Amino acid sequence: MSSETISGPILTSDGIPLKVSLKKAERINKIRAFLLVLPLLAFILISFIIPIGDMLTRSVDDRYINTVFPKTFEIYKKWDKQGLPSEEVYKTMFIEIGEAKGFKIGKASTRMNYSKSGWKSLIKKSQRKFKKIKEGPYKEQMIAVDKRWGDPIYWKALGEMVDPTTFGYYLNAVDLKYDSNKKVIAQPENRRIYMHTWIKTFKVSLLVTIFTLMLGYPIAYLLATLPLKYSNLLMICVLLPFWTSLLVRTVAWMIILQQKGVFNNLMVMAGLIADENRWKLMYNETGTIIVMTQILLPFMVLPLYSVMKTISPSYMKAALNLGASPLHAFWKVYMPNSIPGISAGGLLVFIIAIGYFITPELVGGKDGQMIGNWIAYHLKTTLNWGLCAALGSVLLAVMIVFYWLYNKIIGVENIKLG
Amino acid sequence: MALPVYATTTQRIGYYTFLTYCGLVFFFLISPIFIVLPLSFSSSPFFEFTREFMTLDPSGWSLKWYKQMINICGVEVTTVCTDKWMRGTVNSFYIGIVSTLIATGLGTVAALGLSRPHMPFRALIMAILISPMIVPLIITAAGMFFFYSKLGLTHSYTGLILAHTALGTPFVVITVTATLTGFDNNLIRASQSLGGDTMRTFFKVIMPLILPGVISGALFAFITSFDEVVVVLFVGSVEQVTIPRQMWAGLRQEISPVILCMATCLVALSIALLTTVELLRRRSERLRGIKNR
Repeated sequence: MSSETISGPILTSDGIPLKVSLKKAERINKIRAFLLVLPLLAFILISFIIPIGDMLTRSVDDRYINTVFPKTFEIYKKWDKQGLPSEEVYKTMFIEIGEAKGFKIGKASTRMNYSKSGWKSLIKKSQRKFKKIKEGPYKEQMIAVDKRWGDPIYWKALGEMVDPTTFGYYLNAVDLKYDSNKKVIAQPENRRIYMHTWIKTFKVSLLVTIFTLMLGYPIAYLLATLPLKYSNLLMICVLLPFWTSLLVRTVAWMIILQQKGVFNNLMVMAGLIADENRWKLMYNETGTIIVMTQILLPFMVLPLYSVMKTISPSYMKAALNLGASPLHAFWKVYMPNSIPGISAGGLLVFIIAIGYFITPELVGGKDGQMIGNWIAYHLKTTLNWGLCAALGSVLLAVMIVFYWLYNKIIGVENIKLG
Repeated sequence: MALPVYATTTQRIGYYTFLTYCGLVFFFLISPIFIVLPLSFSSSPFFEFTREFMTLDPSGWSLKWYKQMINICGVEVTTVCTDKWMRGTVNSFYIGIVSTLIATGLGTVAALGLSRPHMPFRALIMAILISPMIVPLIITAAGMFFFYSKLGLTHSYTGLILAHTALGTPFVVITVTATLTGFDNNLIRASQSLGGDTMRTFFKVIMPLILPGVISGALFAFITSFDEVVVVLFVGSVEQVTIPRQMWAGLRQEISPVILCMATCLVALSIALLTTVELLRRRSERLRGIKNR
């Protein structure tokens, strides 16, 4: 302010410096603009962002088990992890198993089962048989009920649960786990399923992106260079699948790809393949890739088209005029100009493909499952919500990286619809 | 891009190869959509072209699946006959229309704000508002399932409407902001200087100009809700059965050709919506004086 008073500020008619007055007016405009956006912003925050935040917290949340065994865990923390815990730990465990109600203990033992399978049946059995134990010392009597109470592995497995937050689910989501000393180790060979699925998810998404580019680039080029009255008509062919229900298209592909489907029938009729060895095009990874390519193709063509539309045809003419062969001219002149479209379409297709769930579930069979299917499986079938949330969060993190990249390169406001 | 008269043979071959390739890609894109149409009139209970059907034998053709879809159960119907398809249709339209109305209202107002030159944090806010479109549906569904169950909104229409509104708003924001680019702010000043208050200016000057964008945004939001199945599966219950949910159930359990009849209806609907949006877009471009891009 002081520098302005020295140089003598320009004043408005009511004696306020012009800069201040302008700032005030701009602030009012800013607030007005913001107020218009506010309702939607609040709505999206409440109905969308907070639920996703809730999922993130759930992926590290381990409070529940701590409400069932608060005292046991308190004393457990003092144990040096050598041999078996003290009589005191056994005693509080005995009391807290007795106090917990059926539903509560069931949920807690499910959680304990995630870190060491066997806990659930042990707790269930103990609950029944502990009624006979009237007084201490408890240690020997509990081991007499089930000798697993005397196995240090079970006790050590509790170690990862005593804190209210855990990274166990995240480790599980990438095929790692805590060992009994809370060190991170790899899952045993036969329980490694997620890394394999992650790799497959990336592989399928990448292949789908490449295939949509291979199929989409020429038709986007054709659409961009044809006279309008033809290109408008052909554009409908691109937009119609975009508007048609995902399930309808998946059903259509099931009709085409099944063993007695249209494609195999035509091939047999044409004599190209024998009737007894019809191709297996569905319920495997091939099916997932074919169907996803068709479904996501419009998302590649539309950004490519809108970029190609801006490339002036005279560039190509100039290159040809200067003696380049058509292929050379295309590669050196047209291609580099269309790269923004390739990156926009490629990122968009990849982002959408990576989270796909419906199509792999219906046509993927066992072999074509992607990470989205595991999330749904844990959400609805196993009810292992911690793991479900952790898998979702990892997927979300990957998404955000690509979304950020997209925003950086293309800008979200440049997404075009039709 | 036509071939010049002086093109060499190689160029000719290349050009026609290119056209054939494009033709095949268009066939790949469009043929699956139309393959369901004839099959929905087949009398076979399986998804296949029977001999009778191909030879146009009347016994191979039938309207029975359509009858079953609208819940007229004849004698010849063998599979389970339910009113789920009709209930699904009613629910789909109900959830779709209500969430579209809310999404259009909120989205249009927000787009007006976002298009103002003084909007603070525009990029960040835009990224947040568009995110429901980008985040995979399975993650959205999981998050909403966890959070809405705390509020007791799962297995309710309210929960589904909230979810579908959130999913539909990005489309409205995108289409309306697109219509607002190149909007001449002098029109607003002119209206105000002629004595129009904010409301009058909005309804008499701004609204007619952005209406095509608003309507196509609304149609996008509607089709998003109408097609959506993942969130419905996890947030809704059997009572909130919608068309996609019923199709999903049909594909997983009893594969019934009624699915094909519904698919045919949905294709007809999508053609109608697409035509509307295309006409609106052309009208909007004409109104704003933009020659075809």
